[in-house]
Amino acid sequence: MVARGMLDTPAIDPSAGHDADQRFGLARRVTLPGPLRLDGGVLLSPVDIAYETYGTLNADASNAVLICHALTGDQHVASNHPRTGKPGWWTRMVGEGKPIDPARHFIVCANVLGSCMGSSGPATINPATGRPWAMNFPVITIRDMVRAQAMLLDHLGVGVVHAVVGGSMGGMQALSWPATFPDRVKACVVIASTARHTAQNIAFHEVGRQAVMADPNWRGGEYHDDAAPTAGLAVARMAAHITYLSEAGLTEKFGRRLQARDAKSFGFDADFQVESYLRHQGLAFTDRFDANSYLYITRAMDYFDLAEEHGGLLANAFRATKSRFCLVSFDTDWLYPTAESRAIVQALNAAGAPVSFVELSSPYGHDAFLLDAPDLNRVVDGFLRAGR
Amino acid sequence: MTLRTDLAVIAENVAQGSRVLDIGCGDGALMAALRDTRDVDARGLEIDAHNVASAVARGLSVIQGDADIDLAGYPDASFDYAILSQTLQTARAPDLVLDHLLRIGRRAFVSFPNFAHWRVRLSLLWGGRMPVTRQLPESWYDTPNIHHVTIDDFRSFVKARGIIVENAWFLSGDTRTGAGGANLLAEHAVFLLRR
Repeated sequence: MVARGMLDTPAIDPSAGHDADQRFGLARRVTLPGPLRLDGGVLLSPVDIAYETYGTLNADASNAVLICHALTGDQHVASNHPRTGKPGWWTRMVGEGKPIDPARHFIVCANVLGSCMGSSGPATINPATGRPWAMNFPVITIRDMVRAQAMLLDHLGVGVVHAVVGGSMGGMQALSWPATFPDRVKACVVIASTARHTAQNIAFHEVGRQAVMADPNWRGGEYHDDAAPTAGLAVARMAAHITYLSEAGLTEKFGRRLQARDAKSFGFDADFQVESYLRHQGLAFTDRFDANSYLYITRAMDYFDLAEEHGGLLANAFRATKSRFCLVSFDTDWLYPTAESRAIVQALNAAGAPVSFVELSSPYGHDAFLLDAPDLNRVVDGFLRAGR
Repeated sequence: MTLRTDLAVIAENVAQGSRVLDIGCGDGALMAALRDTRDVDARGLEIDAHNVASAVARGLSVIQGDADIDLAGYPDASFDYAILSQTLQTARAPDLVLDHLLRIGRRAFVSFPNFAHWRVRLSLLWGGRMPVTRQLPESWYDTPNIHHVTIDDFRSFVKARGIIVENAWFLSGDTRTGAGGANLLAEHAVFLLRR
């Protein structure tokens, strides 16, 4: 079956023959009729989902691994990013000989609902107006993202996933999967994540959103015919980026070193290397990300409280599932510190679910899950192989 | 793979197909043996991250945590057995850990090195030094063992608390010794307890 929306997307998988199933491969995009009933009450229809698959779905469709990406991530988990040309964001975890291996697994990674890499979001066209949705796009939740992924898996012929894996916001989705579809998940890997956003998490996101909205170019989200609010979005990214690193990591990388000068300028240039670095991170981000998407996705994360969705008791979220769980935190992650993972572990224990948990040591803060972490690979590999 | 002697005793005496919580499970050697030979649903608690990674890498469900802190989160009678092997003497509050053990498990295995073994006694008596032995290989300043206990200490402790001893095994190296002279002759002991 070739779904609508396929025709306008070039197939760039060179290995795909003429009769290859067009649902599978890199840079796929499908338009599903829906409707998708969102937590906010809106019915979204149709639903665009941009995604990639790696490896081959086996005969009994039992080897699917769904990878969920983080706030500003995308479906290019192990392929070059079309705009930046950089390698996939998780090639340390996904690839030949890695814990998630296309030789054994059928790997699916989809751009989340609300994002800007091809899935329905504020930057895609509202069929009712023929213009970008902008701020008329309905507010979405983590669970809505998960429901959209389930629609995609239906389309791909995957009933039960061998595992769902995610870090940071991807971990929130991974955790929501067995809570939302208890019978569709056999194993769940949640890395550097949380079951709810704390006041501090929300506070940092609000700084970012206000930076976007304070940019005169934002214009209530209607910037598509003019300059985008890049200055505001860059500041939002700068503030968020600090939360992904650790003080020790920043000190090691930059210290108080000056940027390409011998003395302080007694002005407001980027005197310090760390300032220059953050400015670069902020600007580079605006090349690849949509400001309105940033508002919608941070909102979804702030609304996330898995216990609240299940009568206030987190353990209730996991009572119906038979899934195994593996949680990993990093000791220098102050965005989603170990205590958040421990609270999840305790709830899983109370629900009687098989759960593994380890706090790994890393100097790199929250971002550690994306960097070289041999113990993380060892844990994920062993955990995924244990599934029968 | 050969199990440490006290673990082998525990492995032989865990009922087929039971649910087991191994507290201080190390790299999961006992859990793996129980899973593979007795079809046991085993869960572990271990303080050392590297050990946890090793255990998870062999497909076991192990949580990194501290027996002194994290046992409180486990529901009552959620396991057939709670196992505490060579960990009691490292606990900050061994009495509370034992209470949790008998609350979480319907039965509990406890193994510990016997501080009244004759080698330990001789070392103190003649050498006047804190003993460094096969079972207690660390020096006084770097030992994780902060609550040294003897077999007789443990016997009177469980008796005073009304805990029932269902069985006990006393080991010297790889051989078993009798219950009578155990406090002098056994290097370590394994007790099977219940409320």
